[in-house]
Amino acid sequence: MGSTSSTLSKIPNAEELSQETGFTSAHLARLFERFEALDKDKKGYLSPQDFEAIKELALNPICDRIIGAFFSSGQEMLDFSSFVRILAHFRPIDNNRPKEPNSPDPINSRINKLKFAFQLYDQDKDGKISRNELLQVLRAMLEKQVTEEQLESIADRTIQEADLDRDDAISFEEFRKSLEKVNIDHKMSIRFLR
Amino acid sequence: MGFLSSVKPVCIVLISFAVLALLSFGANAEDSPKPTTTKPPAKPTEHGPIYTAPPQPLPEPEKSYLPLFTLNYPRVQIPFEITLWVLLASFAKIGFHVYHKITIWVPETCLLISIGLIVGAIMHSVHEQPPAVLTSSVFFLYMLPPIVLDSAYFMPTQPFFENVGTVLWFSIVGTLWNSIGVGICLYGVCQIPALGVQDINLQENLLFASIISAVDPVAVLAVFEDVNINEQLYIVAFGESLFNDAVTVVLYNLFNHVAELPVVDAADVFLGVLRFFLVGLGGMLFGLVFGFVAAFTTRFTRKVREIEPLFIFMYSYLAYLLAELLSISSIMAIVTCALTMKYYVEENVSQRSCTTIRHVIKMLGTVSETLIFFFLGVVTITTDHEWNWGYILFTILFAQIWRGLGIVVLTQIINPFRTIPFNFKDQFGLSYGGLRGAITFALAYTLPNTIIRKKLFITATIAIIIFTVFIQGISIRPIIELMNVRKTNWKLGTINVEIHTRLMEHITAGVEDLCGQWSHHSLKDKFMRFNNRFIRKILIRDNRPESSIVALYKKLELQNAMEVLDTISGDISAAPSLISMHEEKASNKSSFKPKRTFLASDLTAMHEILSKNMYKIRERTMSYTNKHTLPNDSRAREILVRRHTSIRRSLRARSFQGSESARSQKYFSLPLGQSLDTGYATESIRLNADGDPALELHNRSVRPKPRPRSKQPRFSTTRARLDPLQELHSTVNMEDEVRAEESSHRPSRQSSSSSNSRSRAPLQRHSSLGTPSVGEDDPEGDEQQLESPPPAWTPEPPDRGSGGPRNPLLRRAQWKPQDK
Repeated sequence: MGSTSSTLSKIPNAEELSQETGFTSAHLARLFERFEALDKDKKGYLSPQDFEAIKELALNPICDRIIGAFFSSGQEMLDFSSFVRILAHFRPIDNNRPKEPNSPDPINSRINKLKFAFQLYDQDKDGKISRNELLQVLRAMLEKQVTEEQLESIADRTIQEADLDRDDAISFEEFRKSLEKVNIDHKMSIRFLR
Repeated sequence: MGFLSSVKPVCIVLISFAVLALLSFGANAEDSPKPTTTKPPAKPTEHGPIYTAPPQPLPEPEKSYLPLFTLNYPRVQIPFEITLWVLLASFAKIGFHVYHKITIWVPETCLLISIGLIVGAIMHSVHEQPPAVLTSSVFFLYMLPPIVLDSAYFMPTQPFFENVGTVLWFSIVGTLWNSIGVGICLYGVCQIPALGVQDINLQENLLFASIISAVDPVAVLAVFEDVNINEQLYIVAFGESLFNDAVTVVLYNLFNHVAELPVVDAADVFLGVLRFFLVGLGGMLFGLVFGFVAAFTTRFTRKVREIEPLFIFMYSYLAYLLAELLSISSIMAIVTCALTMKYYVEENVSQRSCTTIRHVIKMLGTVSETLIFFFLGVVTITTDHEWNWGYILFTILFAQIWRGLGIVVLTQIINPFRTIPFNFKDQFGLSYGGLRGAITFALAYTLPNTIIRKKLFITATIAIIIFTVFIQGISIRPIIELMNVRKTNWKLGTINVEIHTRLMEHITAGVEDLCGQWSHHSLKDKFMRFNNRFIRKILIRDNRPESSIVALYKKLELQNAMEVLDTISGDISAAPSLISMHEEKASNKSSFKPKRTFLASDLTAMHEILSKNMYKIRERTMSYTNKHTLPNDSRAREILVRRHTSIRRSLRARSFQGSESARSQKYFSLPLGQSLDTGYATESIRLNADGDPALELHNRSVRPKPRPRSKQPRFSTTRARLDPLQELHSTVNMEDEVRAEESSHRPSRQSSSSSNSRSRAPLQRHSSLGTPSVGEDDPEGDEQQLESPPPAWTPEPPDRGSGGPRNPLLRRAQWKPQDK
């Protein structure tokens, strides 16, 4: 795996990153190696094409949205710190962390995980999941299994279930509320990143 | 008064015991052991001889009259005795529920053993012997498979596969740890001269230790379910109990064989280990093969619905027997067979077959288990025991210690690999819940007689079983509640939850791929993809890829439909309403008329489809099933009630805008505040446009549409009289209808809420799709305040009894009328 310290020295701001994201240095080193492995042209940053080159990811029904989550706001270059910051969402929640009242939530808190998922729906960033956006995601996930009408009905029903203020769209609050009983940590954590 | 009423059934039970006892006792010849039930102790045995000889009035050699009354007990002896025992055990089970609080605090197995003890005491007091039926072959060939099949079939598959590593780890390594640890410690104890057990050698100790490390937390699982313990713990306990039966049996055979060898050397040990793996993996392979073959067979059983359940049983049993033939792990074979088979078979068979299969499996498993525990109680009293304080106490002590230690150590090793690690409370629950049960007893009882100290082993086994079942079984409930072990929050998901969690799983799988890691998310994704592409095509009857989102959605929609049916007292059968819709479309677009008859038959088929899917879907998403009872559907009722109010609200708020189709419909449950009318029609266009109406009709759920009830044609099989529906287009009519309907809500409400939703009146006009089973019952025409009470859904009742003629409609593929 190489020596951690040498890898760490290549990472700019390793200390700050570790502080901000909660990753240990070992993890950062490992992620950096992965970053470099993905960056085939050795550009020093990642582009969407590098992501699309990952075979398994390409098979994922929502791969373009996932890629879009990394490359937000239209940029084409992803440096290591942004890469790591986004991956930090997937750290399992630390229950033992002492709560400091003034510090912001860590990146991997439940709320932030939910926000991450929410932004995958909400492409136009208006803070709501409209029916169309929901339909697009559903279409991607269900692929050819259902007809268009079924999709629309499902979308209708989804909005109807969650939409409390009757604006025909799901806001983040409604989204959060509908998932309040679900163990998000289980669903959106990657074990090795602990 | 309450006491009296609870005493009465007890008296009835006791009296029937007495009757049975007299019956069996009186009929019995003196020689064979009798399956005596409890009998009033005062009855002497002299009654026996009276009945044995058939009366021969005249001793003349050449003329003997036809005997009027003969008794031929030996002919029916075996089935008779078996039946009586089973009946007695079942009466015991009935008896427990007389006072239902008992079953909350005392697990059922305790009660069964107690009854067995009582019966054994009675038998002992009259110097009877228990029937010698529990031989090795009877147990392994007849009693064990139902128990294992029961556990395997009702294992919740999704949580199981997510935890399969943990389960296998605990069961295989844990059992090995326990057996070897306890065996060696007992061997050490045996060396103490004071106990007088020095003649037990290491192999026999290991054999004994392997027997008593088979955990059977039947009672504990019932407690876990009652307190809604967190799913991880539940599934690990469940899975562990199932798989360590397999491991124990393998070890048992292994050590049995080894115990007979005078000398054991390293080659034997190595071979033993090798054999262990061979046996386990071979069993799994067998099970997989049989599972797939069974699933494949059910693809073709459309015409022979009545024997569909038979295939399931025969294939699993065949897998078991073949594995026994080859001396590989039959338990693994039957478990894997059931797990593989279940998923595909439940898609292929009809609902009735599905229900039958579940019921029969549950019944057989329960009977088997009951019998074994009951027998345990009887045998406790009636056999000669060899009691050795030291050995037995040490056995219990070591078993507890090693189990606890084993759980802790194993958890420490596997926790890093788990997404939700086990905390100490979970571990405590798991180790304290390690009761011993049926399999332990049967294995001990069927030890070969070459083992010198067999009686001691039996006594020790019985002691540990009784200790764990009574003491741990009774105390685990208060302890779990006191310790506040993590509970689950499983409840019927909403569509939102389903979709969002699916999305999150995809995200996580994607990010894992991104990071180059794999875990069960990506494996699951890969497997599902493979499944959908290849396996389903081969094994499932008509290729119907169905995502769980769609399945849940359909289920919820149908439930709402049922609810709507409940609220609106109905007479109007849905078919006419659909037809009317199409009629309306026809009036706008003239090309539909020739397709009319086609649509009508589609409707019936749709009802079939929906009812089938509704039932099936419900079962599929109910993953958290009870080990002792069948899954219940009470949750569906809650949702119905909740939806009910929202529908009523929406009905009132509704506004009718005429019949344009704003978008494609199929949305039963009226969205709050939205208009009712939108697009029922686009679909009918599709019906004509493409040649695959089946697909469309199957997928859609028709938007409820009010239909003027003025002329309700009888929905006859001829389906000819659709003309009267011609005039139903105007929105004004519809509005009138709805308002009139509103007023009819109230009277119908009371009756609807009280009756079972599924057996309710036929499809009412607000839902164009209902289920045939609903349609068959009497409509509440009398509650309508509107014009002519619409006729009942007549075509269905004749078909009700037989599943046959309607079944073709369950298969989506053919929708042509002539297939009926």
